[in-house]
Amino acid sequence: MSELLEIKDLHVHFPVKKGLFQRPKQHVKALNGVDLTVREGETLGIVGESGCGKSTLARSIIGLQEPTSGEILFNGKDYTKADAKETREMRRDVQMIFQDPYTSLNPRMKIGDSIAAPLKAYNKTDGLESRVKELLELVGLDPDTHYHKLPHEFSGGQRQRIGIARALALEPKLIICDEPVSALDVSVQAQVINLLQDLQKKLGLTYVFIAHDLSVINHMADRVAVMYLGKVMEKSGAGSFQTKAQHPYSRALLSAVPVPDPVEERSRERIVLSSELPSPANPPSGCVFHTRCPLATDRCKTEVPILEEKNESGQEVACFYPIEEPASAGYAAR
Amino acid sequence: MLQVNNLHVHLDTPDGTVKAVDGVTFSIEAGETVGIVGESGSGKSVLAHSLMKLNPEPPAAYPEGDVYFNDRSVLKMNKKELRKLRGSDIAMIFQDPMSSLNPVFKIGKQLIEAIQAHRKRPKKEAREKAIELLRDVGIPDPEARIESYPHQFSGGMRQRVLIAMALASEPKLLIADEPTTALDVTIQAQVLELLKGIQKRYGAAIMIITHDLGVVAHLADRILVMYAGRLVESGSAEDIFYRTAMPYTWSLLRSIPSVGGGERLVPIDGQPPSLIDPPAGCSFEPRCPFATEACRHVDPDLKERGSGHEAACLLSFSEFESLKEGVVSS
Repeated sequence: MSELLEIKDLHVHFPVKKGLFQRPKQHVKALNGVDLTVREGETLGIVGESGCGKSTLARSIIGLQEPTSGEILFNGKDYTKADAKETREMRRDVQMIFQDPYTSLNPRMKIGDSIAAPLKAYNKTDGLESRVKELLELVGLDPDTHYHKLPHEFSGGQRQRIGIARALALEPKLIICDEPVSALDVSVQAQVINLLQDLQKKLGLTYVFIAHDLSVINHMADRVAVMYLGKVMEKSGAGSFQTKAQHPYSRALLSAVPVPDPVEERSRERIVLSSELPSPANPPSGCVFHTRCPLATDRCKTEVPILEEKNESGQEVACFYPIEEPASAGYAAR
Repeated sequence: MLQVNNLHVHLDTPDGTVKAVDGVTFSIEAGETVGIVGESGSGKSVLAHSLMKLNPEPPAAYPEGDVYFNDRSVLKMNKKELRKLRGSDIAMIFQDPMSSLNPVFKIGKQLIEAIQAHRKRPKKEAREKAIELLRDVGIPDPEARIESYPHQFSGGMRQRVLIAMALASEPKLLIADEPTTALDVTIQAQVLELLKGIQKRYGAAIMIITHDLGVVAHLADRILVMYAGRLVESGSAEDIFYRTAMPYTWSLLRSIPSVGGGERLVPIDGQPPSLIDPPAGCSFEPRCPFATEACRHVDPDLKERGSGHEAACLLSFSEFESLKEGVVSS
């Protein structure tokens, strides 16, 4: 598998303006040196709590957010240095699916027209209507009756299908899914997850799948990157993330998810992290996680751990004291 | 302690009357934790609000049934009695902690107000009580934090403040409506631990409303499953998860991705029915993989499936067991 997307040392800093002359006093380091690669045809899951920078990362990848520094290579070409024409071409290949499909659809536009919009923008007007109907069918909607309806006539799950159809209109290579199912009920969530997986197989798509729900991430992703305060703490290699995760933060995240199994749930040892997320404007020194880490030592307060490869599977962990023994067997069995 | 008898709650809308709660009967004993699970629109929040008669009337109306708290009818209470019930016997915490706090008053002022509303006492004593409550819910440095405004707290901390406020009246029942939905998982874990600890220390019964089956598996002694305004299954956590007796509960459990990942998910086809014009028979019939002709005409009542375990389905426990096996093995 070749690398479709390569992110190198990406920084996105937002100035915080204060005082009479609105001088930038501080910077919120939304992304603070992120390195990631996405291979063709795979699903890279990105997980993290609110404020960890996962949405900023998504916006940077589709070019909605200009990075402060760093490179984003798509098919070997640097996105951040491209001119307008090249950017336009790249944007065709990278599409996005949003969390709330309702706010991302024009409420006064028939959904047929909404889906046709990206096609018109790229002058692909030949057989427009039949292409839109084909797309509707692809995402499991009825091409004839649904074509002329307005967004409010659809349920949440159907709206998300419309969002997916629109993202697929230009036959992209890479789709960024930013919390695509977190607004949906579980039974409908499963419908959308299955649809995304079917489409990936059928069309050979590559996904960057962003979610805060670890069970959804584990279900979808081939590899998982865990983010915390603008940094990648761990990248899982091939194989299951939930047993092999080594970073204390990954372990804490995994243990915090309540599993739908009462016996398992009551017997499980839970790592409850103390305190809350520090401000990204003023991240802790050393390892950014040290203020909440149960294993932190003095070394963690001063030295910054770098992402290091831990084994042949390609797992990388940014921690001085990774937890090497596998997570509890009972947990993995679920 | 709390008894809900054949409760019906109707909501008047321009499109027609929504039967949000359609004949629900259950009870909560002192000190137990009851989880109510259901998807959006299943009527779980309307049900919870009815227990304190909090649904605004109109549009809400209670055409049938009643709620009894310690053998007194809640729905027949006058304003003064309701105030007392809400202020001291039952307390509620909501999903979004920011919109439940007044942004222009300090946390301490709001908390002291809640304490005073329950029982008049000298201001100094109320303030000490407020600090103690904040400490109980795990807010660091409560003496200083009592002077903070809501916006100076994070989401998890605000939820803690609300829990402290709910505890101010030493309630016998704490209703938590999606208390962790707006929080990150690590913070959710903290709040769930807190709720558990509170139950031990204060001995209050907790009714937790959630769409997250993991949360009820963690917390609840007893689980009620709601679908389309009705209770479709109730029982201990073990009954619901291991001896599931209702196709809806079973389908819901199968549609959750497990943390282990792997096999393909089994979604529930279609959408929940309209509550304005619900189907004549079983409300789950249109989406049920095992529905028969009879299901279209007969709306099943909750029937005993084991000690303390009830399900609303025409299939007997053993019939359903063999159907389940058939699906899983194929």
